[in-house]
Amino acid sequence: KRSSITRRVSLTERLHLLLQCEYHSGTAGDVGLEIILWSFLSVGPRSPQSADYPDLRKHNNCMASSLTPAIYAKLCDKATPNGYTLDLAIQTGVDNPGHPFIKTVGMVAGDEESYEVFSDLLDPIIKERHNGYDPSTMKHPTDLDASKIHSGNFDPRYVLSSRVRTGRSIRGLSLPPACTRAERREVERVVVDALAGLHGDLDGKYYSLTQMTDGEQQQLIDDHFLFDKPVSPLLTCAGMARDWPDARGIWHNNEKTFLVWVNEEDHTRVISMEKGGNMKRVFERFCKGLLEVERLIQERGWEFMWNERLGYVLTCPSNLGTGLRAGVHVKLPLLSKDPRLSKILDNLRLQKRGTGGVDTAAVGGVFDISNLDRLGLSEVQLVQTVVDGVNYLIECEKRLEKGQDIKVPPPPLKQFK
Amino acid sequence: MPFGNTHNNFKLNYKVEDEFPDLSKHNNHMAKILTKELYGKIRDRQTPSGYTLDDVIQTGVDNPGHPFIMTVGCVAGDEESYEVFKELLDPVISDRHGGYKPSDKHKTDLNFENLKGGDDLDPNYVLSSRVRTGRSIKGFTLPPHNSRGERRAIEKLSVEALTSLDGEFKGKYYPLKSMTDAEQEQLISDHFLFDKPVSPLLTCAGMARDWPDGRGIMHNDNKTFLVWVNEEDHLRVISMQPGGNMREVFKRFCVGLQKIEEIFKKHNHGFMWNEHLGYILTCPSNLGTGLRGGVHVKLPKLSTHAKFDEILTRLRLQKRGTGGVDTASVGGVFDISNADRLGSSEVAQVQLVVDGVKLMVEMEKKLEKGEAIDSMIPAQK
Repeated sequence: KRSSITRRVSLTERLHLLLQCEYHSGTAGDVGLEIILWSFLSVGPRSPQSADYPDLRKHNNCMASSLTPAIYAKLCDKATPNGYTLDLAIQTGVDNPGHPFIKTVGMVAGDEESYEVFSDLLDPIIKERHNGYDPSTMKHPTDLDASKIHSGNFDPRYVLSSRVRTGRSIRGLSLPPACTRAERREVERVVVDALAGLHGDLDGKYYSLTQMTDGEQQQLIDDHFLFDKPVSPLLTCAGMARDWPDARGIWHNNEKTFLVWVNEEDHTRVISMEKGGNMKRVFERFCKGLLEVERLIQERGWEFMWNERLGYVLTCPSNLGTGLRAGVHVKLPLLSKDPRLSKILDNLRLQKRGTGGVDTAAVGGVFDISNLDRLGLSEVQLVQTVVDGVNYLIECEKRLEKGQDIKVPPPPLKQFK
Repeated sequence: MPFGNTHNNFKLNYKVEDEFPDLSKHNNHMAKILTKELYGKIRDRQTPSGYTLDDVIQTGVDNPGHPFIMTVGCVAGDEESYEVFKELLDPVISDRHGGYKPSDKHKTDLNFENLKGGDDLDPNYVLSSRVRTGRSIKGFTLPPHNSRGERRAIEKLSVEALTSLDGEFKGKYYPLKSMTDAEQEQLISDHFLFDKPVSPLLTCAGMARDWPDGRGIMHNDNKTFLVWVNEEDHLRVISMQPGGNMREVFKRFCVGLQKIEEIFKKHNHGFMWNEHLGYILTCPSNLGTGLRGGVHVKLPKLSTHAKFDEILTRLRLQKRGTGGVDTASVGGVFDISNADRLGSSEVAQVQLVVDGVKLMVEMEKKLEKGEAIDSMIPAQK
């Protein structure tokens, strides 16, 4: 069991710990100790800070917008207690300049402490990405009480499927960009152990990527459950695919309505889904499963990474807060041709994707519609937003079917300022 | 990956069996050598610049194997890696380089006059000739590990050295991040432009970080001498021309390298070299001479002969498709080059190419006439 580290360990303290470590283990001879001491003292870049400042002139991501030379100079020789550095955190954003239309985040966290140690950079990024949410002054609400959702059962003639996903990180273990093989294996052990304690409609099985049979693999592919080694350079440049497929796997319940990915982009990704439009039931199962898993890991002395300024702590700053994406696959053939659709979605705080997920196009007028926001609003609030929004979109589609006109809804009140 | 120096020590809190990678499905040199015991023995070490065992092996852990070639599965992050991790790298070097021992000495010979012949390969068969090698600049860490500041310093030094060359070496440097579209088009049609590495063998070792910062291409006006800066090594030096005059290619290669080296030495940044491993490069497979001398040669009949691979092995040569490593041959045209890098000199390796290709062209001609080539098959060199 590892206790959470909530304070920054000073340089001299680390040196002291290091010397103790070497003495006790007796593994280092004099020469070895000298090399270690020498390298330890040369913490920081091997050239002047300005020489290491990345060239971000052609970049368009949140990191590039916020990383001034002054902030770089201030943070470049800092490291989290586990040794994660600024250069590591920003590598993905340096290597992936971005898309002219889509603004990526451009930075990841290697561990929970990254959000503290590099807050001078991460706070403005979080603010930009999450509509002005200021982590230094605001608090994030967490609410997993699904009974509060109303009108969450959609017309199945329009809504083909409903899905809610989030991520959870295990406190005390580094995140996918930085975790060692031992840590990653420990995440797998902790999570699989807890999932084995689920019963009833959540009774299920774990399929390790390294050990699944060909038959199991084919079934998981047919069910659209199997996740692949990441190919997106946004992820690979951040080191998340290291040691693949060691300690990666998929758990799902026998009914195939609750699914957990282990050690992909986050320690865990938790997904509840069903065919049809009963979003309320999907969310009920989601909350029940999450709370039950949390209880099970707590029994064993572990907990999720969470704090009141950032909510649930995940690898990508874009997933902080709830980490929640609640969405539906919905048929809106008439509305899909209406030029007002984008504005309608914006005002409803929704986003559209193709049915292949992010970066895909819609097929046959069927869209993936989900919440835009993650941080500063609770799970219940976000799911209700999706419910209200999808009901509105279906209303629009029905009106268009009857040849009636539709209205663009008013924009929501400015959330955080 | 270049973690902060405390990261490796933090890992030591975990037991060896928990940190040791699962290499059960792997087929590369590193996986064959690295036992759990060896891992436990050397995992607490770092080079002075902070490069660790896990850094060395990451590419081999992430890339279990290649269908056609036995990959090395490990890289050096700096000159000292070869010393600090010798318990792993010496056996890998031995496996890769025909039993080369830690006590062996490597001979360097860049005196082009020592090459015999090589100016008369039949241009009806030999379409082009090329010699390449790599050089690392002392005082800097290598591409898997270097910082942006180091990479830029390497570029700056290289540009200074390369743009000061004259005579047949006079040329221009094109930085990747600021070349114009027209320059890029020209470099592509000349087959000079190198791309951001996509091979996971390279990307998993961290060599594509910060692309295209600090990378560029220099070539002479005649387009026969080319230097890549900060791709897989600090420098890759290439001499090439159409036709079969390997002698001329090799002369230009040697002269150009020596001129460049003089300039670097003046700045107190000579090339990394020692008498055991020769020229120090990122990949252990390129130690020694780092030299790949080869031709594009038309061998449609010989290449389908049952003994073709056997002949190549005996001649100490290897074949590739004309797109380079990992490609297939097109129209019976092969890239034929020396297989060895360490334990024999530059002259010796190019000599093998010259002699071997000459022989194979004669075999091809014999086969064209319907004659047998059995009497021509050489003994193992």
